[in-house]
Formats: sequence, structure tokens, C-alpha cells
Amino acid sequence: MILNEEQQLLKDSAKAFLNESSPVSALRAMRDSGDDHMPELWSKMSEMGWPGVVIPDAYSGLEFGYVGAGVVLEEMGRTLALSPFLSSAVVAASLINRLGSEQLKEKYLPAIASGELTAVLAADETGHFDLSRISTTATASESGYTLSGQKRGVIDGHNADLLLVVTSEGDAVSVFAVEKSTAGVSFETRLMVDSQRAADITLDNVTVNENALLGTFGGAAEALEFTIDVAAACSAAEMLGVAVETFERTVMYLKDREQFGSKIGTFQGLQHRAAQLFAEIEVSKSAVLAALQALDTDSDKRSVLASMAKAKCSKVVQNATEEGVQMHGGIGMTDEFDIGFFMKRAAVCRQSYGDYHFHADRFATLRGY
Amino acid sequence: MENLDQFRVETREWLEANCPDDMRQAMRSDEDQCWGGRKWVFSSEGQQLWLERMAAKGWTAPRWPTEYGGGGLSGDEAKVLREEMARIGARRPLSSFGLDMLGPALLLYATQEQKEQYIPDIINGKIRWCQGYSEPNAGSDLASLRTKAEDMGDYYQINGSKVWTSYADKADWIFCLVRTDFDCPKHEGISFLLFDMASEGVSTKPIKLISGTSPFCETFFDNVQVPKGQLVGTLNKGWEIAKYLLTHEREMIGGFGLAGGGMKGMGQLAAAKRGTVDGRLRDTSLRSEAISFELDEMAFGLTIERITEETKAGQGAGASSSILKMYGTELNKLRQELFMAIGSTDALNFDTDEKGALVRNWLRSKANSIEGGTTEVQLNIIAKRILGLPA
Repeated sequence: MILNEEQQLLKDSAKAFLNESSPVSALRAMRDSGDDHMPELWSKMSEMGWPGVVIPDAYSGLEFGYVGAGVVLEEMGRTLALSPFLSSAVVAASLINRLGSEQLKEKYLPAIASGELTAVLAADETGHFDLSRISTTATASESGYTLSGQKRGVIDGHNADLLLVVTSEGDAVSVFAVEKSTAGVSFETRLMVDSQRAADITLDNVTVNENALLGTFGGAAEALEFTIDVAAACSAAEMLGVAVETFERTVMYLKDREQFGSKIGTFQGLQHRAAQLFAEIEVSKSAVLAALQALDTDSDKRSVLASMAKAKCSKVVQNATEEGVQMHGGIGMTDEFDIGFFMKRAAVCRQSYGDYHFHADRFATLRGY
Repeated sequence: MENLDQFRVETREWLEANCPDDMRQAMRSDEDQCWGGRKWVFSSEGQQLWLERMAAKGWTAPRWPTEYGGGGLSGDEAKVLREEMARIGARRPLSSFGLDMLGPALLLYATQEQKEQYIPDIINGKIRWCQGYSEPNAGSDLASLRTKAEDMGDYYQINGSKVWTSYADKADWIFCLVRTDFDCPKHEGISFLLFDMASEGVSTKPIKLISGTSPFCETFFDNVQVPKGQLVGTLNKGWEIAKYLLTHEREMIGGFGLAGGGMKGMGQLAAAKRGTVDGRLRDTSLRSEAISFELDEMAFGLTIERITEETKAGQGAGASSSILKMYGTELNKLRQELFMAIGSTDALNFDTDEKGALVRNWLRSKANSIEGGTTEVQLNIIAKRILGLPA
């Protein structure tokens, strides 16, 4: 459970790049200008090949695996960088790679790997990632399929080029690759607390040809489970980064701020809480790394570990950001100070791809209770 | 990797052939552990055979050098051995403070002669050791200890007392912190001595705990004579050894946080007792608590793995034993609480059901976050040594 040299190099270069190109001040500037994403940052990431990090070499990817994706995401969590890296390059690319035909993979994966195309998973309709309740339908037609339904809360979905739409056929599920410009696709967006936008997507008798179907009709369940694992473990890695950075900033503040004639870091009440949090973060690191490694080896513990990591990190990042604000005191509540940005991003990450309760329930179900 | 696969095959075969049947059954209580030593009475022929066979291979101390009777295994091989033992549910052949605490300190600080004298008998379980650390007025503040060792020419004369000495009444030898200089800062006048508990002037008195059992003793030294060759390391520099040994003690105690091999998970245990509805534990509140516990238990187990591997690669955090100790013991207390919740009123039985093993374990676990440095002391160490928070 140690990073290899290649993974460590990737982590170091990600850290250096993100500190330079996307410090928290960049997020603040984006928000203040009214934007909801950072296209220039994505161009730079694309130049470095990051969108291809999990995509196989055969489709022009870097094939660094999920541990590689995780170390990049952890660094992104530290600077709160906004990009389609997780949604497109990791989650959507994984689903296409797992389920798509050779033809579809060749069509989309190199384009995703280069960063010129972004794709997004459009699955949830409930707002709490309950994928057992999908009512979007796909009806076979002469030219292919007709899709109808509504998807909720797809983060940054309106900026994606390709939607991976999940449909339900009774107990079976299918996935269709629907290009954004297809007739009948419309978006309504909502501003979220971390300054990104979530898209509610309506599919009104959207006609696609049969080549848009990933895998077989009604045969997407296994690949979707895999994709949930990918999303959960990688989202946990991002949350870990948010937690670590928040924690480090908070410890710095404890060493700096004086009250009652002493550094507040001398107070045992605060020391013990900081030490507890540190231990929780250390434990989370192991959870995340094990979940990412299980994806790379496609281990039979993959799903248990992924849900464990997402559930654990959700709690820990909640704790870290809450303590971050509390230990900063009044200044932590101000918009002028950065610590609040971490709390806001944490809130969005915690809800993405299944929250604590979703993954806690999935974990227990997988473990037979 | 090929060699490792070969090692696994051979280990599996050897364990299959040599691990007695009754040593493959889960331990029901502390009484099923084998502690060895001069006074030990084996609970079964299997227990004795298992210890002798494992010790002969050095596998009671898999990673220690073969020159002292250890297994000489690499980290990877030792992991294979652990995995293969877990696979058949093999018990640990020897529970021992010599293995878990003293041995590592001897390997680092003792003379060649001392190593040859003491280490083989730790490995084969012939000598059972106890730890003379805490004193009535030196608990969390261990370095303020006052048990005195006077230089009498060719021996040291020991006077004073220790408390919370685990199994002192059953132990053969003691590794003991004594003060050899009173006129200096408290950390600087401490020395690390080894001596026979059968020496004249040593007496012990068991302390009855809330669990009704007496794993700890008060230990008294009245003009005990200790040959000078039984000093480990440098005179007055024993605190360094004491601290090093404590990191091993903390890791050992932190290991209580690990899930027992081959045992049912907490959630499954609860489901077996309370039943399920649509595959989910019937009692939803208990289910939530079991989940929260199992998440931490699993993540903690992975953390021990990670820290072990990092240490091997020379990149571990210095005070990681404090994290493991704090987290593992709090986790074990929670585990015992959940066992009690699942057991309900039956869990309260004090004389039936394996002599009240469940409730006594629950009571015993409350000491986990006190012994070997309290949770609060561990948090102090993390805050100061790792986080660098000001004093």
C-alpha cells in the first residue's frame, strides 16, 4: 500500500501544476465573474494528458490506472480545482471502456483522452443517487431507439458534449451515448453552493441510432456497478484532498493565532480535537488507497472497499471542514477568508455519486446485513 | 514472486500437517491463549505441540534473525505466513510480552551476549516476561518513576514498587525501569534492567479489576540484588529504550482494534441474533451502528497494513504507534459495546456462558484506552510530535 515511483511523480507534478494554475483564488475569481467552470484550466490539463489517465493505451490514454487518477484528484481537492476530470475522464470514460463496443470505444475514448470531448453520466433521477428508481425509457424504433425521461442534478452536465443516459427496462438497465446537440435534449441548470451548476436534463422523444447503445439492451447492470465503484473511490480521493488541505490550513492557524496571551494551539481542548482529526485522516488515506488499488486489480472486494472509502471520507471531510471553520472562529465564517470554500466543495462532493447513507447501506448489503 | 508463491505452497503444506485441530478453533476467551514460561501448564497436548513445532521453525518470531532462533523471514514472507495461518484459523502459538515488547528492544540495544542469553528463550516460550513500568505515582507521567537502583559495586540493589504489572505473578523475569540518578531532569536518570522474578526480595500482589479477573499486579522490590551484566544499554539512558519499547507496546495494544480472523463481522453477528427484513438487519438503529463500526474497523485494518509497509520502506511517520494505539483501543471498546448490545440481557451473565466471558471482556476493554499510555496521552503525542502544536 505504497505509491510506486510513477504514481508519486504524477502526484508531485499534479501538486506543482495545480498550485500554479489553479489556487483557491482562481475559484474565487471564477465565482466572482459569474462563471460556473474553468475551460482554460481544462485546456492546460489536457495538454498534459490528464484526461487520458485511466484510458487504455490502445485508445490514446495514459493507462495510469485508478491509483493514478486518485492521486490527481486528491491534489485537485486540495486546491478546489474545477474540471471535468472526475465526471468525464474518469467516470464516463470508465463506463464506456467497460461496456462499449470496440466501435464506440474508438469513437469516444481517444477524444475524451485528448480532452476535446467531455462526457458525463446521466443516471440519477431521484437526487439521492437511487439507481433502482430510473424511469427514463428507451423504446426500440425503426431507426434505433427513442429515449424519454428526466435526469436530475448532473453536475456540469450542461457543459458536457456527450451524455451517458441510463434507461430502465423493468429490472434491466441500458446505457446510451447521446450527443448534447441531439434534438429533444434540453437543460435547466441550478447554481450550487460551490459555484458549479447542476443540470436537470429532459429527454423528450430523443431519437438515437442503434449504435448509440453501449453493450447490449438491458445489459448494463454490471458495468454500472463498476462505474459506481469508480465514482465512489475517486470521489473519496477528492474528498481526502479537501480534508487534508483544510486540516493543514487549520493547524497553521492554531500555530499562529493568539488569544489569552498564548497561541491557541497550546490549548489541550483544541490539540486533542486536531489530533483526533489527524488520526481520522490517516485512516481515510488507507481506505482510499485500498479502494483505488482494488479498482486497478478488479478485486472481488472492489465494491465493498469503494463504498467503505466513500462513506468514511464523507464523514471525515465533513468533520474536517466543520472543525476548520470552528477553529478559525469568526474569520472562518467570512466570505473573505478561503476556508469556507472547502466546506462548500465538501458538501457537493459528499452528495456526488451517492452520499454517506447510500454507501453505508450498500456496504452493509454487500456484507450480508 | 515465484519464490514467494513457492514459500506459500510450502507454508500451507507445513501448517496443514503440523497445526493440531484444537489450535484451529477460534479462541473463546483469554484463557485459550498460550503464554509459556516456567510455570505454564498447557491446556492441551495440541497447545504444547503447536508451540514446540512453531518455535522449532522460529515462527513464533517470524521476522527475527535465525542466529537467535527466529524465523528470519522477509516482510513479504511473514505476511504470507500470517495469511496462511488465518486461512486455517490457526491460533497464535505464543502470546508473549517478550515477543511483542522486549525482544525488539533487545535486538536494537542489547549486547551480543545478552541477545544470546535472552532471545532464544523468548522465541521458544521458555521464559515469560513482565513489564515493570508504571508506579503508584507514575502513570501517564511515566518518567517521574522513583523505583531506585543503587550501585553496590558488583550489583545493583533495587527498592521500590511497580503497579499495573501485567501478569507479574505468572512471569519468570521482568524488564524494569529504575531510577539510577535522582539529581538530573527526570528523563535522564532512568535505566533499563532485566531480572529474575524469583530473586530474593521480589513479591507480587494481584489487583482485582472490575471484570473480576486479575491480569495486573502490584510488584514490590525489597533490596533485590541484580547483577550488573543485566543492565541493557547505557546507564541513565534507559528512557530511550523505554520509549522504543513503548512504540511496540502501543502497536500491540492497537492491534486489539483489528477484526478477529475467521470471525463473523459485527453486522452479520447482529443479523444472526436479530433477524433480517428483505436482507437487511431488522433493527435499523443497530444496523447503523454496526455499519459505522465496520467502516472504521476495515479502514483501521488497512491503516495497519499501510503503516507497516511504509515503515518497511523507511517512510513511516514517527509517532504512528500513537495513532494506532489510540484508534485501535477506542475501536475495541466500541466493538465490546456492540457485542453487549447484540447479546442484550444474556450478555450480562457473570457466571454462566463461559464464566461471563462476554461481559468480562467488555469490562476488560475499558482498560485498553488507559494501559500503555492513555488515549489522552496519545493525543498529546500526536499533537506535539506530529502536528508540531506548541507546548
